[in-house]
Amino acid sequence: MTDTAIETNGLVKVFGDNRAVDGLDLTVPAGAVFGVLGPNGAGKTTAVRMLATLLRPDGGSARVFGHDVVAEADAVRSLVGLTGQYASLDEDMTGRENLILIGRLLGFRKPAARARADELLEAFGLTAAAERQVKNYSGGMRRRLDISATLMNTPRLLFLDEPTTGLDPRSRNQVWDIVRAVVSYGTTVLLTTQYLDEADQLASRIAVIDHGKLIAEGTPGELKSSVGAGTVHVRLRDPGQRADAEKLLSAALGAAATPDPDPRRVVVRVPGHGTESGAAEDAARALSELAAAGIVIDDFSLGQPSLDEVFLALTDHPASEKEAAA
Amino acid sequence: MTTTVTEPQEQTYVPAAETIGAVLDPRERPARPSAWSASMTFGWRAVLKIKHVPEQLFDVTAFPIMMTLMFTYLFGGALAGSTGEYLQFLLPGIMVQSVVMTTMYSGLAVNIDIAKGVFDRFKSLPIWRPAALVGNLLGDVLRYVLASVVITVVGLILGFRPGGGVMGVAAGIGLLVVFSFAFSWIWTMCGLYLRSEKSVMGVSMLVLFPLTFLSNIFVDPSTMPGWLQVFVEVNPITRLVAAVRSLMAGTPDMGELMWVFVATAALLAIFGPLTMRAYNRK
Repeated sequence: MTDTAIETNGLVKVFGDNRAVDGLDLTVPAGAVFGVLGPNGAGKTTAVRMLATLLRPDGGSARVFGHDVVAEADAVRSLVGLTGQYASLDEDMTGRENLILIGRLLGFRKPAARARADELLEAFGLTAAAERQVKNYSGGMRRRLDISATLMNTPRLLFLDEPTTGLDPRSRNQVWDIVRAVVSYGTTVLLTTQYLDEADQLASRIAVIDHGKLIAEGTPGELKSSVGAGTVHVRLRDPGQRADAEKLLSAALGAAATPDPDPRRVVVRVPGHGTESGAAEDAARALSELAAAGIVIDDFSLGQPSLDEVFLALTDHPASEKEAAA
Repeated sequence: MTTTVTEPQEQTYVPAAETIGAVLDPRERPARPSAWSASMTFGWRAVLKIKHVPEQLFDVTAFPIMMTLMFTYLFGGALAGSTGEYLQFLLPGIMVQSVVMTTMYSGLAVNIDIAKGVFDRFKSLPIWRPAALVGNLLGDVLRYVLASVVITVVGLILGFRPGGGVMGVAAGIGLLVVFSFAFSWIWTMCGLYLRSEKSVMGVSMLVLFPLTFLSNIFVDPSTMPGWLQVFVEVNPITRLVAAVRSLMAGTPDMGELMWVFVATAALLAIFGPLTMRAYNRK
């Protein structure tokens, strides 16, 4: 047994003249959720596909539980499971048949594969839909079936590539609960996401990737304190008080106001102390100072820093979509 | 894609940590399946897909029947004096044409699987790598047999009386199916390389039409102009038809049979590895 689930050294993947993954060094500890955060085209999916042995690296090396992803690909394949961005399911077959197919391919005999399929369908709330063709499933059901197919062989490491992209909030929460359950039973999860919120909710460590390179790594707390814990948005009743409000809030929070095109809006970043309650406290105190000064507000919110703000703080450029490369 | 199913269960499903924990319980992993067993599992998948989408059997049932009827009655009188006479000549050939035409669906199936992302999962499993492709082709073999049987039955009804009897016809079908299995690898490879379903279809039509029509299937090549005879002579379909005809007539032509066996082996030896290379790179 090893305490490191994944270790990569200078991992490279080139598509034409696009260096999708460009010298990535990652160390993922076992037994927790590790978040990989980055915008579209940052190289998250490419990195995951290399780690799951679906793509051959063009340079560098990667080991999963000590096994090289190229030289010992089969050993890696028996330890990992991948649920990609797009459901890897056979649309024409029923949910149950999909699971039995995977079970048979993993070497289960027919009765064992059926039993395992039924057990998974039950755990993921799909028993009633078991005999329906997957093309009639909703997005959330599809995702759950996809994850349960990946869990068929009880992988030690589960790759979830943007598992909630395109899901409605209820289905997203279900996926989050599933991830928490999976990791609480000792499976390591590597999760890629575009949402800081999601990484923050689930991951105990987060790596931020941009242009195929690691640009920051740490606990969500560390990351947020480097970025700021959040942003206070205030909507004034009287736009004429904007200058006063900006001055007060900046002083109370210790940060300059972010320019905003709306004359009635004031946006100020809350510098982090590594904990969230600190940010909320700071914001509440700042707002009460506004009230004390007689500035009337219609609305306010304390927002999580967005991926853009993380990128601004870490790289001095906003998260940019790569031009049609992927 | 757009169908959304709302049902009571969907609304109320709350993932329970214990039940999910129970399915994650480390248990004895089964032994890795053999190459044969993995391929057969994919074959089972192909059969299930036929069960769920039975319309796809049109090309191996309705289409061959139509071809047989059309050509027998259209050309029979003109080419052989009577439709009955012509049928004895045509049937083995039209069977070859129908089955060889069907091989292109192997490429389509692979292309669709890739587009849908389901191949990603197969590739991330620790199984014998070619199993997914071989299994698909095993499912296709079933379609070839079905098409052959349908045509034989239609032929018998119309008055096809093969000299080789049951054994001769079975041997002919067997040879045709074996060759078509090998031939399908070409389309599987195309299915891996080409971008869309449509382009796979286009390329295979472009090859299959001349290959099956410019052959000895419909008319005796000696009636054709010299330059065309040259093409017909080297066309592998001509050799295959000659071999199948000889088997069904009960007078096996060893030379033609050898030729078909060598061609089958060559197709597998060339396109098997090429296809696997494309598959591993995807």
